[in-house]
Amino acid sequence: MVVAPFTISGYKVDFLTMLMVNVILAVSFRVITTTGGWSLAHVPMMGAGAYATALISGKLGIPFWFSMPLAGLAAGLTGLAISYPLVRTKDFSFFVASFAAGEAIRLCWIRFKIPFGGHRGLGVPIPELISGVPALDFAEAIPYYFLTLVVTIICLSLMYRLDNSRIGDSMKAVQSQEALAKSVGINADGYKMLAFFIGSFFAGIAGVLLAHRLWAIEPHQFGFTTTLYLLVWVVFGGSHTFAGPIIGVVVLTILGEVLRPLADWVPMVYGIIIILTLIFLPGGLESLPSRLGSSAGKTWKIRISFGD
Amino acid sequence: MISSFYALIAVGLSLVFGVMHIVNFAHGEFYMIGAYTVWVLFALLHWPFFIAVGAAIVIVGLLGLVSERLIFRHAHGNVLSGFIMSVGLVFILQVAVVEIWGVGKMKPVPAAFPQVLDMGGVSTSWQRFIVLPATIILLWALWYFLAKFRVGRGLRASAQDPEAAALYGISPKKSAAVAMLLGSAMAGAAGAFMAPIMSVHPYMGHSVVWTAFVVVIVGGAGNIKGTILAALIFGFLTTIITTLLDSTIANLVNTLVMLVILAIRPQGVAGHA
Repeated sequence: MVVAPFTISGYKVDFLTMLMVNVILAVSFRVITTTGGWSLAHVPMMGAGAYATALISGKLGIPFWFSMPLAGLAAGLTGLAISYPLVRTKDFSFFVASFAAGEAIRLCWIRFKIPFGGHRGLGVPIPELISGVPALDFAEAIPYYFLTLVVTIICLSLMYRLDNSRIGDSMKAVQSQEALAKSVGINADGYKMLAFFIGSFFAGIAGVLLAHRLWAIEPHQFGFTTTLYLLVWVVFGGSHTFAGPIIGVVVLTILGEVLRPLADWVPMVYGIIIILTLIFLPGGLESLPSRLGSSAGKTWKIRISFGD
Repeated sequence: MISSFYALIAVGLSLVFGVMHIVNFAHGEFYMIGAYTVWVLFALLHWPFFIAVGAAIVIVGLLGLVSERLIFRHAHGNVLSGFIMSVGLVFILQVAVVEIWGVGKMKPVPAAFPQVLDMGGVSTSWQRFIVLPATIILLWALWYFLAKFRVGRGLRASAQDPEAAALYGISPKKSAAVAMLLGSAMAGAAGAFMAPIMSVHPYMGHSVVWTAFVVVIVGGAGNIKGTILAALIFGFLTTIITTLLDSTIANLVNTLVMLVILAIRPQGVAGHA
């Protein structure tokens, strides 16, 4: 990952940068799914981060290093706000309510031209490491690649530690045995809302990285199509293990890149893959080793616990 | 008046969820295919309008039946799997339509009834007016089927308690197939009637299915009467706000109304069936 950018073309460096952004997005989505919430508002959370950094660093002129955590925080708080009605819903209502909450946020960006810029969106300044030092030019692909790499490693290690901590275990308990978790004193709704906050925070960071590379954002980028891709990645990779979503993103993104000449057909290929995965391999790619290995009898299922 | 067609779409969605526990996101694409059927048969091949509509209902109903057999049956009532499968189906149907008929060109469907209807100062075209009686007839037919026919009553029994219904000899698989057939046919009918009014394009299902979801939530998932009531309320609300302000605000208000209702009354206004 360190030598790679010097040996390939600028286009491919940007491709890898975007891949890492999507990895952060998918892994942050898994934080929420570990509590059972397959939120359809996760991509708008990434958008919230992107819009926040566009406003904070663009309109207020605050440096990138401060705007990134602030934008993450803004996205996290947005997630916390929508989680309040969402944790009260289950299955059908949860899908539709989370979808509608995300769309409502997106409609705000479209409708309120001040400060969000409407359909045309906002421009995002090029980040400066230390203002006034042009040597580290983050307008170029390769420096930005390393910036993204460092941020990705930090985000992933934080989420990995969270996943293995007591908080992470409690979140999984809320998903698999909600009643039991409540009976031993775990605040189920509280953990669900915490998961929304943390997942949205990291999605916001992904949005910041996306915005500062594209230099411009518009509401359409965070539309429902992107959400559907996110779902396909995570379901295809599997969400039981930390590595599952990463495998899903990497395999499907590379597949999409290989099929570039047939770009129009890629959504159909994704659609067929996801249906076949759910029918024949419901645990996703991550469950493949255990299916082939000794514990063949083990059943893997995607579970949704906003329900029973 | 136009908004009464939301009732057609939402009722189908509600029926499918009630019986199969599938959040069918591809329902909007079924609607889109209903509209395309009318475009092909009526606008291109010059069949009579009502025969084209009938063909759309049959074709989309069969499409729903086939997708139940091949895809949704394997979700085994798991809401998440079913939803994501329907997302896959959305991708497949959209790409298929784009590849067959292209995305850029307009698909103009001429009005079958271009005459203007004058109702005491308020004038509207017959094409728009006809949506209302058509919706009423189709909903009444659905109600009659669910209330009077053995298969229809079995369907409602399966929605309430699949195990108890199975004990009385009602096959849940058969009920699921019938629900999918009827629900999809309703979406196809809505698309067919709206084809001369709305613009026909491969992504027309997206905005419609969203409103339909909101309607189903507020009406109570699986509750047919509540769904129809909610469709009327939201149709009214959307029309008023769109006239006074604009359609983006109308969508925003609809969404906020739904979120507030979910926060205070998660089972919907009328409750589950």
